[in-house]
Amino acid sequence: MGKTIVEKIIQSHSDEKVKAGKIVWMKLDIRTARDFGGPNVVKNLEKYYPDERLPDVENILFTFDCVVPAKTIPYANNQQICREFAKKQGIRVFDVDAGIGTHILMEKGFARPGRILVGTDSHFNILGAVGAFGQGMGDQDIAFTFCTGKTWFEVPETIKINLKGRFTFPTTGKDLVLFVLRKLGSKGALGKCIEYYGECLQDLSFAEYITLCSMMTEMGGIVAFPYPNENVTNWLIKRTGENPEFIFADRDAKYCNEIEIDVTDLQPQIACPPKPDNVKEVSRLKCLKVNSVFVGSCTNGRFEDMLQVSEILKGNKVAQGVMLRIVPATKEVYGQMLKEGLIQVLYDAGAIISNPGCGGCASGQIGMTGKREVQISTANRNFLGKQGDGDTYLASPVTAAFAALKGKL
Amino acid sequence: MQKNMKLNGKIWLITNNNNLINDIDTDMIFHNRYLAITDINQMGQYAFDNLNGWKDFAKESEKGDIIIAGKNFGSGSSRQQAVDCFISLGIQAILAESFGAIYKRNAINSGLPILQIKKINLQKFNQREKIVINLVDGSTNSEYLEIEPFSKVQLDIYQSGNLFSYGK
Ligand code: SF4
Repeated sequence: MGKTIVEKIIQSHSDEKVKAGKIVWMKLDIRTARDFGGPNVVKNLEKYYPDERLPDVENILFTFDCVVPAKTIPYANNQQICREFAKKQGIRVFDVDAGIGTHILMEKGFARPGRILVGTDSHFNILGAVGAFGQGMGDQDIAFTFCTGKTWFEVPETIKINLKGRFTFPTTGKDLVLFVLRKLGSKGALGKCIEYYGECLQDLSFAEYITLCSMMTEMGGIVAFPYPNENVTNWLIKRTGENPEFIFADRDAKYCNEIEIDVTDLQPQIACPPKPDNVKEVSRLKCLKVNSVFVGSCTNGRFEDMLQVSEILKGNKVAQGVMLRIVPATKEVYGQMLKEGLIQVLYDAGAIISNPGCGGCASGQIGMTGKREVQISTANRNFLGKQGDGDTYLASPVTAAFAALKGKL
Repeated sequence: MQKNMKLNGKIWLITNNNNLINDIDTDMIFHNRYLAITDINQMGQYAFDNLNGWKDFAKESEKGDIIIAGKNFGSGSSRQQAVDCFISLGIQAILAESFGAIYKRNAINSGLPILQIKKINLQKFNQREKIVINLVDGSTNSEYLEIEPFSKVQLDIYQSGNLFSYGK
C-alpha cells in the first residue's frame, strides 16, 4: 500500500511502521518556542528537568513575534525569562526585531522539504508551503521536545483536493483558501491533512503558497501540502543553497476523501464576522463602509502582498477617515520594502507602518478595533474580540487595498 | 516500576435516555469559570458539573471508578484541567467510542488510561457494575465490551507515569 506525503515524512523520522491512524514516536528536526508559550516551556523545563543541559541546542530556537517589543511589563518579563534561559543553554534567539517565527524558519532555511518542525504556534502548519511538516503544540509538549528531540503523534489521514480550472487577478491565493474554507467549513479537515493538486497552483507566488497553507488551522487541519511549483523550488534553492528534494505521495496512496473544487474564474472572497468560514463573494458586500484596514500577519505579510497593496495605492491617498495599518512579516520583508521604495509609496498614501511581527493579529501590537468599527484584515481569524470589539472581515491584500482607497468595499 | 496492566473497577455509564452521551466537550467536563484553578486537588469537585444530569458525579464517584462515554469525548478546548479533574478524583480509566484529538493527547501525556471502545452492548451492563479490562491486549471480562488496546506510545508513557517522567 502506498503512502501519503505526511505518512512518508513521519516514516522517515520513525523506527515504527507508519500508517494513518497509528500513534508513533517521531524524531524532530527543529523545536521552537515563541514569546507566547515560551515562558511556560521554560517553567516546565525548570520544574521537571532542573539543571539539565539540553541536547542538540543548535536545533532549538526562540522566536519572539507576538508582542514585539513587549508592550506591558508581564510580556517584557516573560520575554526576559526566555532570553535568560536561552543564554544559559546556548539557544539561539530571534528577538523582537526579527519578525514572525515560522517565516524566519523558511527565510533562514531551517524549514525544508521533508523536515519536521514544532513550536508553540497553532499556525506552524504554514511550513507545508515548503513541503515541511510543521506542527503547533502546547507548552508541556514543547518542553518535552526541547529535552528529548522527539514526540509522539497520531498519523493523520489525508484529503486529496483537486483544484479544477484557473483564475486571474484580482483573485489571489487568499481568495482561493477562503473559498476552500467556505466549501469545507471549520471542521472540514478536522485532524486531517490536505494535499492540493491542480493547474492553478502553477500561477501562485511563493507568498500565496504560504497563504494557502496558513489557513489550514481554520479548517481544523494538521498540515496542507500544495504540489510544489517553480516559485517554491526557486525560493528553496535561494534559501538553502541546494536543490529541494520534495516528498511526493505514492500513486497508490490511500486518501480518506478525494474532492474536486472548481475554481474557474473564481471571484474575490471575504470571510464575514464572527467566523473564518463565513465566506461570501466580496461583490455581495458592495458598499460596506470600512473604517480600518490591516495588512500583515503570517497569512499575508510577505513582500509580494505589500507590493500588491502599494501598486494599488501608488500616487493615491487612503480614503478620508480610514486607518491603514501595515505590518511586514519579517525584518527581511521590511528591508526589501525600504529598498524598493514601497515604504515611501505607503507613507505617501497615508499608511501607518510598523516594525515586523504578528502585528494586529496577536495582541494589538498595532492597535485594536472599537465597537462598531469595521476592519478589513488580511489575517486568518475574525473571532469576536480577537482584534478588538469591532467587526473584522478577512480578505486578500488586493481587496484590502481597494477598501482603503475607497473607504468601502 | 511495573504498573498494573489489568484494571478492575466499577463503571459509570455516562448516559442520557439509555444512550451513551456523544460530544461531551471540555466545558461540560470542566467549565471555563473554574479555569483559574491550578491546584489539581481542587479540580475533582467540578468534574461534569456542567453536564446535564451529571452534576453530582464528583460527589458520587469513588476512587478507582471507570468512565464509559459516547463519541467525541473531550472535544473543544485544549484545557488540561478537563483531564486533571478525573485524575484528581482517582478515576482509573476513561472508555469512550471516540475522543477529541487534543483531549487524547493531554490524557496520554498525563498517564490517564483512555481507551477507545470498539463495541459495546449497553443493555448488558448495569450502572456501578464491576469490570476488568486489560490495557495491553484490549481484552475485557465481558463478551459485550471490546476495546482498542494501548498503542506502544501510550504504554510507554503510562508505565513511566507521565510524559515528563518518561522523558527522563
Ligand atoms: S500572525 Fe497571528 S495567526 Fe499568524 S502566527 Fe502571529 S498571532 Fe498567530
